Amino acid sequence: MIDKRTSLEKAVENIRDGDCIMTGGFGVPGTPFVLIGAVLKKGASELTLIKNEANEDHMGVSKLIEAGRVRKLICSHLGLNATVIGMMNRGEIEVEFYPQGILAEKIRAGGAGLAGILTDIGIDTILMENKQCVEVDGQTVIIEPALRGDVALIHAAIADPFGNLVYEKSARNFNPLMATAANTVIAEVEKIVEVGALDPDSIHTPGAFVDHVVLIKEITQEYEILRHHAL
Amino acid sequence: MKFLDTMPYKEKIARRAAKEIAPGEVINLGIGIPTLIPKYLSPDKAVFIHSENGILGMGSLCSPGTEDRNLIDAGGNYVTINKGASFFDSALSFALVRGGRLDVAFLGALEVSGKGDLANWIIPGKFSPGIGGGMELAQKARRLIVTTMHTDRKGRPKILKSCTLPLTAKECVNTIITELAVMDVGPEGLVVREIAEGVDVQELIEMTDARLLVPSCEIPRF
Repeated sequence: MIDKRTSLEKAVENIRDGDCIMTGGFGVPGTPFVLIGAVLKKGASELTLIKNEANEDHMGVSKLIEAGRVRKLICSHLGLNATVIGMMNRGEIEVEFYPQGILAEKIRAGGAGLAGILTDIGIDTILMENKQCVEVDGQTVIIEPALRGDVALIHAAIADPFGNLVYEKSARNFNPLMATAANTVIAEVEKIVEVGALDPDSIHTPGAFVDHVVLIKEITQEYEILRHHAL
Repeated sequence: MKFLDTMPYKEKIARRAAKEIAPGEVINLGIGIPTLIPKYLSPDKAVFIHSENGILGMGSLCSPGTEDRNLIDAGGNYVTINKGASFFDSALSFALVRGGRLDVAFLGALEVSGKGDLANWIIPGKFSPGIGGGMELAQKARRLIVTTMHTDRKGRPKILKSCTLPLTAKECVNTIITELAVMDVGPEGLVVREIAEGVDVQELIEMTDARLLVPSCEIPRF
């Protein structure tokens, strides 16, 4: 069996300028901070970034954006990141917003080899502007093209060397969708068990979708509790 | 103008909003006033709270020291889960919403119209943090309840004949709950169902831009 375990440096070595990078995570849970750090260190620029949100100011993908590495951000909202909102308002970064579940479905379609989805979400709003529409059963719906990435950066709790992944609690979010929708899928994981140790019924992402598995050495501070969100 | 502490009003709105929820319903709580609702829900109502980031059966905010770094609500707050809870990905999370399995969504408003149009996601040139899950919640929840202060900070009506801001969704609101009244969107306009203690009908009409339909019988107080 192919052993997909690799070093952090090797996992990100083929990321190029201009790549489209999908990044899992919704807030801190599921955000692959170590992989993002490696991309930042590697120096790739002119990136298109697809993520639910841009993390919070000076954290995670916000560091890539603040360093000027991201040309375009495709996301659902930026409500907790005033820095990136400011950059967007000053025209320093292009931002494309989608309703959260539509963003998820566009990625799911990309991963499933479909050209796009049809939806009535956003009908009769400014979201319809410049969108292609089609009539289905007498109802006007928006055509939303599928999204795929050159690379997906994934965070999972447990993996085996084949790349079977298990996520934890609300850290699942966009990770299993993005893990299907990129040409190269890199998963950072908190623990690796031997092949056969995971219950097949509890695997969230089958290993066939995953190219590289990187064990993160420690749960660093950026993965920990954000005090300003705690009581 | 004197700064008014709006918190007691917001609590009043949340307390009243909680009464709209039937036992066993699946609900979603938007940011702002809706997040105050859970403390007015009795546990024996067995309500299931959905959180967009992939939780059904969300509990309450974690007490200090009990936080789990992998368990937050859609606003980033550390939360607990209740018995029967489940976790899922973001596509499934919105399948639940768009597929008609969300009984009630509670959302705040920048503006809401008498026809039930809702504007709450963008003020062009001033406030554009993105759409998040709001558009799908507004358009697809089986029942959409808007919880909002009756007027904005400058005292201007938020309940308008028609919205001036870009819409989140058209004709999506079923009920509006403010510190002054509970109003249902009907085919003829906004019907006043309940009115707050100490508020008279004339005062309510003056603070509302949309046309209000006031039943001739005595209106219950809350």
